[in-house]
Amino acid sequence: MEKIPILRMGEFLLATIQVDMHDRLALALQDDLTTRISETGARGVLIDISSLEIVDSFIGRMLGNIAAMSRVLDAQTVVVGMRPAVAITLVELGMSLTGVKTALNVDAGMELLHSAVDGEREFYGSRI
Amino acid sequence: MATMINQKTSVLGSLIAQNKDQILREWIAEMNDSARRGDLIKEVELRSQCARFLDLLAQGTAGAGTNVQSGAYDPMREMLGEISQSRAQQGFSAKETATFVFSIKRSLFTVIRDAFEKDPKTMAVEIWNATELLDGLGLYTTEVYLKAREERIRRQQEEMLELSTPVVKLWDGILALPLIGTLDSARTQIVMESLLESIVQTNSKVAIIDITGVPTVDTVVAQHLLKTVTAARLMGADCIISGVRPQIAQTIVHLGINLLDVTTKATLSDAFGLALQRSGFALVKPQKKEKQDQ
Repeated sequence: MEKIPILRMGEFLLATIQVDMHDRLALALQDDLTTRISETGARGVLIDISSLEIVDSFIGRMLGNIAAMSRVLDAQTVVVGMRPAVAITLVELGMSLTGVKTALNVDAGMELLHSAVDGEREFYGSRI
Repeated sequence: MATMINQKTSVLGSLIAQNKDQILREWIAEMNDSARRGDLIKEVELRSQCARFLDLLAQGTAGAGTNVQSGAYDPMREMLGEISQSRAQQGFSAKETATFVFSIKRSLFTVIRDAFEKDPKTMAVEIWNATELLDGLGLYTTEVYLKAREERIRRQQEEMLELSTPVVKLWDGILALPLIGTLDSARTQIVMESLLESIVQTNSKVAIIDITGVPTVDTVVAQHLLKTVTAARLMGADCIISGVRPQIAQTIVHLGINLLDVTTKATLSDAFGLALQRSGFALVKPQKKEKQDQ
């Protein structure tokens, strides 16, 4: 079965979706990501969906779920590179993905992750 | 019965062909009296149109009687279509365009009357045939005229849609979308698409939607705005709504619309200031150099 590769970059995980998502693949990604986060103790997850052209409500909900699960595992999630058509579709489906951080491209997403994680460190720094 | 009518109408066709010059002369005289617009169309052009009309009319009646929808009238309908379209563009009214066809009646009826002077029954039948035929053609002219008008209105609406949604770049990474006019679903769709496309193209992190030119904001418009803001956020860009006039602020609160998740500013300049700040820019006024001698 095909799989979406999850790369480790320092304390972050990088998942690039480059094929059309079907439901089983989405569930597999959810499984893999949560496993990898707990294995590696990653502080952030970056999901690049710039080659994703078709979304449905299931994929939309899955993105939201992954973000929520990562938060439980103490990792931030940033979704980057959403195409205009995909964004419009999600909005028309009534899914605004509140609680998911977004960025225009991988560059901006990494910056966002760094600043979010640094901010957390500053906040908790005295106690850890 | 049908063959009889066909026979009669082909009589009409041959009548027209025989008396073409007389009909043409009287027809143009009739039009000069009533409906010709010397300011809009030249006499030569009109004369050639009339002559062609008579030729095609004779041809049509010979082939298909008074059935205007049949194939024998194809060239006739094509010609009438061209005439009405060009007249709609030249500025003729619908009445003037249809009168082009209707004004032939008097001259054609005169010819029929002269031809069947001794046979009132045939005369009545022929006049009825001619009336039926010309009414069909006249109505067709009006229909095409209206279609041409509608086409023109539709094109103008499309142009207006395109004109009214410019996305401008204010600064590196800052876009502005000045909205003018009422927002409906079709327009919001175009606005949303062009804004999102521009965000991708210019790699902008902040987009300012200026609604100074939007006359009223009701729940539908607010919903459309929120959709645009959400879609931009999904792509990773922040949206600021600016140009909220006092009345609109009142309406929004009265209607109970929740704009809490969206940054709103009163003026475009405020929004631009905030956008600069968010992008990490600062505007600094250069200090005046103190004069050396004092």
